[in-house]
Amino acid sequence: MAQEHKQPRRSGETEEQVEAAPETDVAERKEALDNETDDILDEIDEVLESNAEDFVKSFIQKGGE
Amino acid sequence: MSVRRVMGTEVEYGIAVTGQPSANPMVASSQVVNAYAASTVRARRARWDFEEESPLRDARGFDMARQVADPSQLTDEDLGLANVILTNGARLYVDHAHPEFSTPEVTSPLDIVRWDKAGEQVMLDAAVRARQLPGNPSIVLYKNNTDNKGASYGAHENYLMRRSTPFADIVKHLTPFFVSRQVVCGAGRVGRGQDGRQEGFQLSQRSDFFEVEVGLETTLKRPIINTRDEPHADPEKYRRLHVIIGDANLSEVSTYLKIGTTALVLAMIEDRFIPVDLTVDGPVAALRAVSHDPSLQHLVTLRDGRRLTAVQLQMEYLDLARKYVEDRYGADADAQTVDVLARWESVLDRLERDPMSLAGELDWVAKLKLLEQYRERDGLAWDDAKLQVIDYQYSDIRPEKGLYHRLLKAGRMERLLTAQQVDDAMHDPPTDTRAYFRGRCLEKYAEHVAAASWDSVIFDIPGRESLQRVPTIDPLRGSRAHVGDLLERSETAAQLVAGLSR
Repeated sequence: MAQEHKQPRRSGETEEQVEAAPETDVAERKEALDNETDDILDEIDEVLESNAEDFVKSFIQKGGE
Repeated sequence: MSVRRVMGTEVEYGIAVTGQPSANPMVASSQVVNAYAASTVRARRARWDFEEESPLRDARGFDMARQVADPSQLTDEDLGLANVILTNGARLYVDHAHPEFSTPEVTSPLDIVRWDKAGEQVMLDAAVRARQLPGNPSIVLYKNNTDNKGASYGAHENYLMRRSTPFADIVKHLTPFFVSRQVVCGAGRVGRGQDGRQEGFQLSQRSDFFEVEVGLETTLKRPIINTRDEPHADPEKYRRLHVIIGDANLSEVSTYLKIGTTALVLAMIEDRFIPVDLTVDGPVAALRAVSHDPSLQHLVTLRDGRRLTAVQLQMEYLDLARKYVEDRYGADADAQTVDVLARWESVLDRLERDPMSLAGELDWVAKLKLLEQYRERDGLAWDDAKLQVIDYQYSDIRPEKGLYHRLLKAGRMERLLTAQQVDDAMHDPPTDTRAYFRGRCLEKYAEHVAAASWDSVIFDIPGRESLQRVPTIDPLRGSRAHVGDLLERSETAAQLVAGLSR
């Protein structure tokens, strides 16, 4: 009973919208997202600390609080 | 109550000096705080007033003996480390080996986000100014909680609560909530175990550092429920719940929900609204197990025998909170309470169906998405140093280098506030608590404020032999509504103090 009670609550409308979305739209959206994603990775490549191994080794903190 | 109550956060920032891995972090932290103070604080610098501090007071009703306390617990001794009170009512100081920003007292989750973000910008400004010091130290600050080598530092939350609420009720109802809320407000971490020895991603920066259920310590044997009891208010009426289990968040939505949902649960505990026992078996182990499973499928066992995912456990609290708000306020519930409930529901719903859809809202999802993209593109294993760098650099507070900031700039992270609102909060205090009085006094009469703290402002008035201490024991007095006119009328500190004592 508890498990049934725990179903994610979503309004009827939201559920319909989600299910009504045709598969092709989802695929297109995913592709658009992947392209955007590549842009952000290119951008991040440029700012990432260059020598990863050394950077990780040198990141040493003292405990706090 | 609703999501509204007197609250604040305190965040310790990770600190590194570029090119000098062995630089003393206490020195670097002092340089950060002093550089900000030197350039922004006019006239004399008010001391922090330690008179009312009692860090060894335990909520369970006794004081720890000073002799048996760890030196790191003696936070009321003025070690001469940098410490400054800002015109926005906040405190910027050095705590152990980290610079720390404590927000002024505010009364809503959105104001926490606002002054917490302002704190980030103060820290950024401070680090930039520190670069002008001799030796031009290039200090970089990180809003995270671990070096993944065994050290952790905190991002604490403070909630003013009614003294009359039995502490046992807080422990009982808050522990399962804290075990599960990391699915919403975890900041994400690469590495498992305190020293990150095991590879993999986990939801929380902090979960591996918690070892006991209840206790006073914050630096060793960290407890899920911390019992430090220093209300900075009338102790007969209030306690301050000091929450040490949270992660430092970059995402505004994560911070907003962390504070808003916790405030709602506290309101229900105070009003004895929670009729069920959601006690989790072995909460310390459960906390880690939940954090270690980003698929969100791990089942925790409740004392009543049920087995729920952390998301389902959060839904139990959401359900109760919905009923509570309906029962107490109905259609009169304030807008932020309604908004927190709606967002909480939306987030939990999507965590069940499609967690990655929350990459623009929650820190751990944003970070995991980036990591997975790198793993896929470059074929990286979880122990690759590059992924660790991404974890650290997500929290770098510099807009040009920090990955959260790059995502924000690219329009990938949702904002709840405008840039202007956050900029203003670097200087302006909240208007609805005593932080207004503290901040405005420092703005207007800096040269005559000798010291200040959460619960006092001490004036050194020309011609008066003794210092004049103005207690601010009630967090809701000293607001603009209360003293705004008087502050406006008083051109000097002497006039202000005379006006207050009339």
